[in-house]
Parts: sequence; C-alpha cells; structure tokens
Amino acid sequence: MKYETVIGLEIHVQLATQSKLFSGAATRYGAEPNAQACIIDLGMPGVLPVINETAIKMAVKFGLAVNASITSPSVFARKNYFYPDLPKGYQISQLDLPIVANGSIDVQLDDGEIKTIRITRAHLEEDAGKSVHEGYGEHTAIDLNRAGTPLIEIVSEPDIRSAKEAAAYMKKIHSLIRYLEISDGNMQEGSFRCDANVSIREDGSSELGTRAEIKNINSFRFVEKAIDYEVERQIDLLESGKKVTQETRLYDANKNETRSMRSKEEANDYRYFPDPDLLPVMFSDELIKSIEQSMPELPDAKRQRFIDELGLSVYDSDNLTASRELANYFEQALAIATNAKLTANWVMGEFLAALNKEGLDISDTPVSADMLGGLVKRIDDNTISGKIAKQVFDAMWNGEGSADQIIEAQGLHQVTDTGAIEKLVDDVINANPKQVEQYQNSPDDKKGKLIGFFVGQVMKTSQGKANPQQVNKLLKEKLK
Amino acid sequence: MYTHTLAELSKLLNDGSISSVELTKLYYERCQTYNSELNCFITLTPESAMESARTADALIAKKQNGPLTGIPFAHKDIFCTQGTKTSCGSKMLDNFLPPYDATVVKKLGDAGMVCIGKTNMDEFAMGSSTENSYYGPTKNPWDVSKVPGGSSGGSSSAVAARLIPAATGTDTGGSIRQPAALCGITGLKPTYGTVSRFGMIAFASSLDQGGPMTQTAEDAAMIMNAIAGFDVNDSTSLERENVDYTTNLNDSIEGVRIGLPKQYFSADVDPKTIEQIKDAIGLYEQAGAKIIDIDLPNTSLSIPAYYVVAPAEASSNLSRFDGVRFGYRCDDPVDLLDLYCRSRSEGFGNEVKRRIMIGAYVLSAGYYDAYYLKAQKIRRMIRDDFQSAFKEVDVIMGPTTPAPAFGLNELLDDPVQMYLADIFTVSVNLAGLPAISIPAGFASNLPVGLQIIGNYFSEPSLLNLAHQFQQTTDWHKKMPEGFRS
Repeated sequence: MKYETVIGLEIHVQLATQSKLFSGAATRYGAEPNAQACIIDLGMPGVLPVINETAIKMAVKFGLAVNASITSPSVFARKNYFYPDLPKGYQISQLDLPIVANGSIDVQLDDGEIKTIRITRAHLEEDAGKSVHEGYGEHTAIDLNRAGTPLIEIVSEPDIRSAKEAAAYMKKIHSLIRYLEISDGNMQEGSFRCDANVSIREDGSSELGTRAEIKNINSFRFVEKAIDYEVERQIDLLESGKKVTQETRLYDANKNETRSMRSKEEANDYRYFPDPDLLPVMFSDELIKSIEQSMPELPDAKRQRFIDELGLSVYDSDNLTASRELANYFEQALAIATNAKLTANWVMGEFLAALNKEGLDISDTPVSADMLGGLVKRIDDNTISGKIAKQVFDAMWNGEGSADQIIEAQGLHQVTDTGAIEKLVDDVINANPKQVEQYQNSPDDKKGKLIGFFVGQVMKTSQGKANPQQVNKLLKEKLK
Repeated sequence: MYTHTLAELSKLLNDGSISSVELTKLYYERCQTYNSELNCFITLTPESAMESARTADALIAKKQNGPLTGIPFAHKDIFCTQGTKTSCGSKMLDNFLPPYDATVVKKLGDAGMVCIGKTNMDEFAMGSSTENSYYGPTKNPWDVSKVPGGSSGGSSSAVAARLIPAATGTDTGGSIRQPAALCGITGLKPTYGTVSRFGMIAFASSLDQGGPMTQTAEDAAMIMNAIAGFDVNDSTSLERENVDYTTNLNDSIEGVRIGLPKQYFSADVDPKTIEQIKDAIGLYEQAGAKIIDIDLPNTSLSIPAYYVVAPAEASSNLSRFDGVRFGYRCDDPVDLLDLYCRSRSEGFGNEVKRRIMIGAYVLSAGYYDAYYLKAQKIRRMIRDDFQSAFKEVDVIMGPTTPAPAFGLNELLDDPVQMYLADIFTVSVNLAGLPAISIPAGFASNLPVGLQIIGNYFSEPSLLNLAHQFQQTTDWHKKMPEGFRS
C-alpha cells in the first residue's frame, strides 16, 4: 500500500522584545535564576498584566509578511492548567481571535518547485518558566526568568507532505522572522522551536488519518528525522493491522525515535476563556499602515529584485537571500564594489568558504562587507587579477588590513603598462622558440589551448601582476 | 469626637483642634475595645499607624496637608499592603506579606490617611455575611446576633460602630453596598474601571471594583477624589479627565427623574423595607424629583448569570494559590499532585471550593457554551435593560437588599438563599454601572439601605442625590448603642 504523509507545523518563536509580554521584567537569556522575574511574573496575588505594545507590533509585522489578515479586535484568553513553572495557574494566550489569521508563505522545494503553505493563524502568548530537576536532590527547582516571555505560535494548515517540505517551511519561517528582526531565532536557546502534527493516509484518500503531535523540536535536522521516524512508525502500525492513536509524542534525538508522552484521554481540558484583565486589542488602519512602512524588504521581494535589477541568476539570488545577514552583507559589499555578478561570486565563493572552514557566523567575520567590496572593486577596475585577489583576501582574513593597504604594501598592482607587458611577452617568445614553432604550425582550433602555455609563462615572470587580457591579446598578435 | 465625619475631622485637624496622633490613638483604642465583640479586624497596625500619624502632623504643621491628611481609616484585607499581612480572609494567605502596595493603598497613603488595620471579610470576597472568613464571623453592631453583610462586613461593621471613620471595600456582586445597607452606612461602588484593581486580590476580574465605605456621601466623595483615576498597571482602568467628586454635592435635585423598577418592589421583598424605601423616595419627590415606574425585565436572570461568570473567573484567578510560591502549603507533600490537592483542600474554605468547582465546571469542554457564553449573553441583556431605562430616567432607586440583616448561621446551609441577598446589587456589577447605598431608616430595628443606581460615570450625581438626602435626614447619623465609651 502507498501512503501519503500529512504534516502541519506549530512553530513557537520567541520575540526579541526588551521586556516581557505583560510585565516590565527583562527577557535577556542566561541571567541568574529568577533574577528576571518581577511580582507580575511571579503571579503574586493582586497583580495584573499590561500588554507590551512592541510585541503586538512584531506579531503584526509577521502577519503582514505572510499576507495574513490582522484580527481586530484581537482577544487574549486564559489557558488554565496547573504546573509549578506556570505561576498563575494559567497561561495568557489567544484562542478565538488570534492576532494573525489566514496567511500563506511560498516555499521552494529541492526540485525547484514553489509550494504555497497556508498559515492558519499566529497568536501571541506568554512562555512558562523552567523546572530544573537536576542538582537539587529529590527536589525540583523553578526558574521563572522565562515566564512571561513573548512568543508567537505560528500554526500551518496540514499542507506539508514530507519531512523535507517541513524542514524547508521551517527554514523559510526562520529566515523570515530574522529578516523582520522580530526574533533572534536562536534554536539552542529555545527561541525557535516547533511541534509537528504528523499523520498518514492511503494515497488518494481525502480523509485525514489520526495524527500524533511531536513536541518541542529545536532543529531543522531533527524536524526531518523526527518526522521520518514517525511516518515509518505509523506505516508499520497500519501495515501490521494496528491503529495510530491520537497522542503527544516526544522526539529523542539521541536515540532518533519518538515516544509517547500522553494520550488524548490524558490531555488537559484547558478551560479557555477571554482574559478579563486585558481589553481586546484594536488596530486602526493608520497603525497597520505605519507598521507596514517600517518593515524591511522581504526575502522574496529581494530575491526578485536581485534577478530583475542586478541581473543575478536565480541560483545566486536564492542563495544570497537565504538569510538576511548574508543578503545584507552582499548588498553592503555591492555598494562599494558596484559589479553585482562579481560581488555575488566572491560572497558565495571565497567568503562563504572561509566562513565554513572556520565555522564562523557572518557576524564574526574578520572580513567586513566593506572590505570585501573594496577587494572586488580592485578586481573590477583591473588593479589586481582574480588570482592575486585570492592572495589579498587571505591577507585581509588574517587581519593585514584593507585590500588597498595590502595591494600597496605588497606591491601587487597589476601591470597594465603596455610597454612593460610587451617586454615580458617578447622575452617569453624569445626564450621558447620550439613552442613558438609548434604553435604556429598548429591548426587554428588547437591554438587556443597552446597559447595558455605562453600566458602562464608571462604571468609567472610577472609574479601574477600582468593583466591577463592584455597578455593574451599581445601574444596572439605577436605569434601570428 | 469619634462620631465625626471625614469632612468634620478634616476641619478639626486643619485648624489644630486635634492632632492626627491623638485621633489615631482614640480610634485605635476604640478598635481594641470593641474588636473582641465585633471581630471587624483581622490585623491592627498601631505602630505603622502612629508613624503615619506623626508624618501627617508634621505635614499639617507645615500647612502641606490635603483634605484627608491625618485621618485614620482601615483597608479591607483584600488590598495588598507592603509588609503587612494581607489574608483576603483565607487560611491560604494567613502567612502572606505582600512585597508591594495596591494602587488604592498607595493613593490613600499619599493622601496622608492613617491606616490603622485590615478589616475582616468573606474569604476571597465570596459571601454576603462575612461568615466565610478564616478569622471567624464579624458581627453587626446593631444586633450582634446578626450578620453585618458581606463580603466587606469588617469594614461596614467598624464604620457603623464608629471604630473608624471610614474604610475601603470591594464590590463584585454587592460586597460594598449590601454590608453598607445592613450596617446603616454609606457605600459607593464606582463605575467599573474607575478605581484601579492593581493590588486588589482578584475574585472576579470583570466585576471587581473598589470603593469607599463611609458615614456620609460627602465622605465618600472625599475618598473617591483620592482613589479614582487611571492606573497604567491596570489595563481595565479608564483614562478620563480628573473628576472632583465633591463639586456637585450641593447641586439642586429638582427635576431629577427617578426610575423605580417594578422588580425591585415585588412581593418577595420585606414589606417594612419597602415602606422605608418608599418614604425615602417620597422625600425626593418633595424635593422636586420626578418618579417614574420602569421595567428591568431581566432582573431575575442576574443571580444565575452572576453565579456563572463570577465563579468562572474566580476558578482561574485562584489557580495561583497552589502552595508553590506563597501562601499555605500542606505538610510533607508526597508528590506534586499531593502538594496541589492538599494545599488547596486545606487552605481554602467551603464556599471558595464550591465556587471554584462551579467555575471549573462552567468553563469545561462541552459546557462552556451552555453556561459561560449564555451567561455573557444575559449579561449583555441586563446591560441593555439598564441602557433603555436610562433613556427615560436619570437614576434608578430601590432597596439595596430584599430584607435587613439576617441572623448569624441562619443561611449558612442555604447558599442559594444567601446568594439572593444580592439580588438587587449583582445586576449593577454585571452592567459595570455605579451605585450607592445610603441609610434610609430602620425595619425591625435594623438598618435599611436605599440603593441609587446611575449610568456610567454618574458618580457625581449619585453623590449629589445621596448628599441632599443626608441634608434632610439623620439616618446616617444614627449609631448603634453599646459602642459609646
């Protein structure tokens, strides 16, 4: 039997606000336990929540970026359950009127196909604190620094059909929230994590199978592996005549398996109701418009502009816009270099290779965008050859200064003086009479290959500084 | 001295006839003398009171005093007071020392008032008799075998016996007005959103509202001037221009249209109470008011709707009392579930548990629409009833309660009958309207309260109507015997 996989993702994104969703406490990662929990985060008797407007605006930005409608009024609701790291005994979230509804995003698949994934909703909610089970003997310690941190939960329709699609969608959302600067997207620190709802059905069936929800996946790799494992597990169940049970499962990356956390019967009844401490949030057209105007260029638009206006290939444009950091780096380098294709080659070639080799992020690069732009400019204006440029790049990487400083210090200027090049060419021709004869007796279609020898010799004697185009041209004339 | 109103005490302090320290001692002694009989207070705070009094005297000496500087009063024990036990009448919070002051506490402190204690109340403000307090029932000073009403019964009893000249209260379904009526004092429940709820331990967030409990309407206006206003810490508080609640006290009431809902004068209401209320309304008529019969058809639905909405919100608001971070924790919990179950079972009283159960039930999957949503619909109908009424009349009058104070223990086993004590008050909370209860005579030797309900933000006219009534009557000056040492 053939099966189709049906996946919906719920992505939790921690918003990069200075303070919490309903209190003034800071949200910085890594502070001393409970150093960032004020009376509101502690759920002290009598305290009240006050909404963080920055968080609201960030959620709206996301909504506009995925062409969703912004719900007005949008309502906060209480999700009631008991847990020691949930101080109020309820989480302030949204149910019926989430701030973002009915959006979509285009995802490029491996085969180049563009697939539209619908986004059902995205709502604002506060994070819970953290229970620490290790290091306190038989006790559990509670750290409420994270309690009240703003999250948006982005819920997709079950439009995803494979683990690879799920990862591509997750990456696209990750890139988008970084572009929008609404989250640092740091997956190690839990700022970006997802739950995957996975089910399978017979190929061609229009009915959805029973789903399992895999909780708390915090990497692109794990989302693929967890879904792959889960699909296999469900197929095995059906093939052996068993049924998939609706349940919540946990992915164990060490064992690469999912295992049951709780069944549907054990699921909480959250007793949602509108939070009477918070008024519905209303959005005026002016506010939406002003948020829209404050938004940066989005990846898809940027990609199209790179193709249309800079004349870059689809491949280059895709790669350069994959992350906002890379796109920014490229555009900043381009502002100095002015040659788009050459800049793109250098950013995606030498620059990324060097980063990868040393395992660095763009933010840690020793070669700034301005520096790379300065280098490309010197290739473009023939000050140095591409070959010498690699030498200059390495020197910049090692902290020896800007391209111009290095070129000056090491005397790497390309020789473009025709007289000087002619002398070099003549010397090489005179020193290699055999090869000259061989060249002149060859048919025209072989000549191109043979001239390479002379070019190489000239470049060698010039220590790479002669302009290769000029050398080529002169050799052709003189060897006729 | 102890029978003076705030307005009178303000003059005496201002002209140096008495110091705040003397006044504070005098009231504190009265509290000490009579608290064992009435049980009005959970906590008395003589040291901090004397300190505030000395500060107040210094301000008065420098002529930097305001109208309330140096006047003793008490807070209902639902308002968080930094470093002073705030129990909310519950074993759950018997050990709770708030790390912060409620906005109302801060505002009255800033106004120079001297807080001499925290008054008794029904646990978490759930009740109409102050019998649901972990600290034992408060007695009605007019007849100590009767309840003082609730939940702000400690405040009403203390003001009625003149142990303090004024107190704060909170009103979720009548908890300021009903005890004010049963003890023969003045109690104002402001428009929802007028007084900050920050630091006022939540019972039902969409209904709770703090307000003054005083001898006179003028005193209530003075307190309102200090506590009303927008608070950035309370998203449901309203941003409005500052109002001086004393400005309209002496306005003429000629031509005011008073609506009498037929539902408030039905056969179920104690006839002697109705008689007193009709006499009071007669006085308004003599003063030139127009009396108009009106209909509030959904009045009978207010109690059932209230007992869905309020417990629903309460069940969620009280979830934070789990034995983990503050308040009562059971001994030797074996695991997390045991910690939760026993801390809450042992820390909460029966009425609180009853309402948590009702609330959790009406919010649960499958029942939400039938109960919670339906109650919200009824709530809108009740609000609409009032809005149509206010097209014809300026205010609505009737008895605050269907009968005077009932006996201690009389209704403890009959929660529904107890809930009906709030029949005329809860609809006001459901609609978010302001209302005042003022003394309007006696029935069977117990005080009767006249309730005046106005449209949103009509507090100045309610206070005006109440003040004018108090200019021609002396019910508000009556004081129970036995407390005149």
